[in-house]
Amino acid sequence: MISYFPKYVEAFWLTVRIGWLGIFLSIVLGIVSAFTIYFRIPVLSRITGAYVEIFRNTPLLVQLFFLYFGIPKLGLSVSAETCGIVGMGLLGGSYMAEAFRSSLGAIPKLQKESAEALGMTSFQAFFRVILPEAWILSIPAVVANVIFLLKETSVFSAISLMDLMFTAKDLIGLYYDTTEALFMLVVFYIIMLVPVSAAGSILEKRARYKMFGE
Amino acid sequence: MGFEVLLKGNNLARLLGGLGVALKISLLSVCISLILGTVLGSLMNDRHPLIKGVLRGYLEIVRIMPQLVLLFLAYFGTTRVLGINISAQTASILVFSFWGTAEMSDLVRGALSGIPPIQYESSMALGFSDFQTLVHIIIPQIVRRMIPLSINLITRMIKTTSLIMMIGIVEVLKVGQQIIEANRKSDPNAAFGIYFTVFILYFAVCWPISKLSRYLEKKWEA
Repeated sequence: MISYFPKYVEAFWLTVRIGWLGIFLSIVLGIVSAFTIYFRIPVLSRITGAYVEIFRNTPLLVQLFFLYFGIPKLGLSVSAETCGIVGMGLLGGSYMAEAFRSSLGAIPKLQKESAEALGMTSFQAFFRVILPEAWILSIPAVVANVIFLLKETSVFSAISLMDLMFTAKDLIGLYYDTTEALFMLVVFYIIMLVPVSAAGSILEKRARYKMFGE
Repeated sequence: MGFEVLLKGNNLARLLGGLGVALKISLLSVCISLILGTVLGSLMNDRHPLIKGVLRGYLEIVRIMPQLVLLFLAYFGTTRVLGINISAQTASILVFSFWGTAEMSDLVRGALSGIPPIQYESSMALGFSDFQTLVHIIIPQIVRRMIPLSINLITRMIKTTSLIMMIGIVEVLKVGQQIIEANRKSDPNAAFGIYFTVFILYFAVCWPISKLSRYLEKKWEA
């Protein structure tokens, strides 16, 4: 079992790297999409709206297969790692967009009107009043999405990225040490996700204080 | 572009058949999860420390473990450790129900905790038993909040079922792979057409369901 350890550590870092890069990309994409939808920017909001619907309603595995095996047939070839990051970013972007959009929508109109009555321009009202409130409101959904996305990284083994899942499958196939391989798999996922889950709970609690406390 | 392959032989029918396998497994697990989840969710606010602890642990496991890992544990792990040999279909139904039940019970718990305590107190004052309170007072109030959320859970479960190909069930992606392999020579671009079709098929199944959920949510909000 000890001899497998380095293999798992390597796979662990790959999973973490792709996961967090994908999550970063998805937050950026999510913010951009949510803004275009919120401000009803003419053509763009249609496009991002369709994007969100399409990616929210299809499984990551199918998206990855399409990106990794389908797209190269059009003459655009990408490495498995790029494909994983892009796939995760696209999937996550649609979830994040939904989270940001709904929290922007949940801010009562009164806030904007009051801010304008106080003499703020609509630009100031958005960046000083609405955005900070919506940001805090969206934290629980964002935390849930981050955990969801980190879990989804397990799918990457399907496009032959050497992630934790792939390593476990490989070891089972090579040595038939099913029990050990699966045990290590569970342990490494626990190491990866428990800190995130705990940090998420703390963040949510602080967000709640910000909203209702003081 | 590789779409011609679909019209060869009965390829399209085979793809749809594969989708059918995935849907059958997800719908079976959905039914189990909705029922078990409702029961567990109502227990979730129980004050007994043992029940509370066990349920918390269960939720935490499901929250942290990827469904694919659970699938591997159920399919490969049980055979090795317990010596039971379950079929891939049984394993996937077990895992998806295990996961769905946790999600559903969390939804029920959330809806229940939104009911103000005065409702319970009033019905107690009127002489209702605990069971009667649940059936006549509480459930009618949470059903409207629950239905859109559970429909949403159904689409998530359908999407997650795509993972079953990883433990060797022949569902729509696997059928797609087989078609691509079989036509490698005659249609080198089949991968694009086939995977695009699979993508659209999943979208065609999930999109109406999420629309329905969104519609009901809006309608009942007022």
